[in-house]
Amino acid sequence: MDVLEQFAHGDLDAFETLFRQHQGEVYGWIVRIVRDRGAAEDLTLETFWRLYRSRARFDPARSFGAWARRIATNAALDHLKRARPEVELLGEPPPQATPNPAIRAEMRTQVEAAFAKLPAKLRIVATLALVEQLSHQEIAEALGISTTAVRLRVFRALRLLRKTLKKSGMEP
Amino acid sequence: MSEHDEKIEELVRRTMAPVDTGLPRDLWPNMLRRMEERSAAVPWFDWALLAVLLAWFFFTPGAIPVFLFHM
Repeated sequence: MDVLEQFAHGDLDAFETLFRQHQGEVYGWIVRIVRDRGAAEDLTLETFWRLYRSRARFDPARSFGAWARRIATNAALDHLKRARPEVELLGEPPPQATPNPAIRAEMRTQVEAAFAKLPAKLRIVATLALVEQLSHQEIAEALGISTTAVRLRVFRALRLLRKTLKKSGMEP
Repeated sequence: MSEHDEKIEELVRRTMAPVDTGLPRDLWPNMLRRMEERSAAVPWFDWALLAVLLAWFFFTPGAIPVFLFHM
């Protein structure tokens, strides 16, 4: 019996093996979406708790990684729906972005604020597509939607971002 | 995609950078703690059932011996 089958039968050692194999990947995926390291750690645990609880429904013939990514995406989406807009975003802008650091910081704050105002479903897609530069196919697989739906959500997110930025006096 | 959308996309790319995705530490000890906490937690449905029973006993004390008989 391999580790996936053992896990599906509730073996804790098999779960530990899978946890250690996939925790980095799951954390990396979540932090890309929520952009908050503390929340990403907590959501990684939540994801594995959900995986452990649903182990009996897991088909060992399928990919554990893909299943984990799907559940992680849902956990991150739940978090974004609950979270207040003023989530602290991580990452530094590239140095060549704008010559004046003050203008760059102001622009960054406004773009982050506009992002935070997006509905969770659009925000998750916009973050992965526009910031993380993932392919529409990869996003579609993680969210369990079609690539057309991803394109549509990116389009809607861009329109909303434009509207919000325009309201705050920022015309790109 | 319109020219405006492309400009927004460019602006987002310039102002927001991809995050560091490296896991800072092993989370397995935290996972074990969470599993213990969650396993020990009483589901809300059990609390609701207990509340219904207590309310029933409060309003109809005569039901207590009947309940105990059927336990």
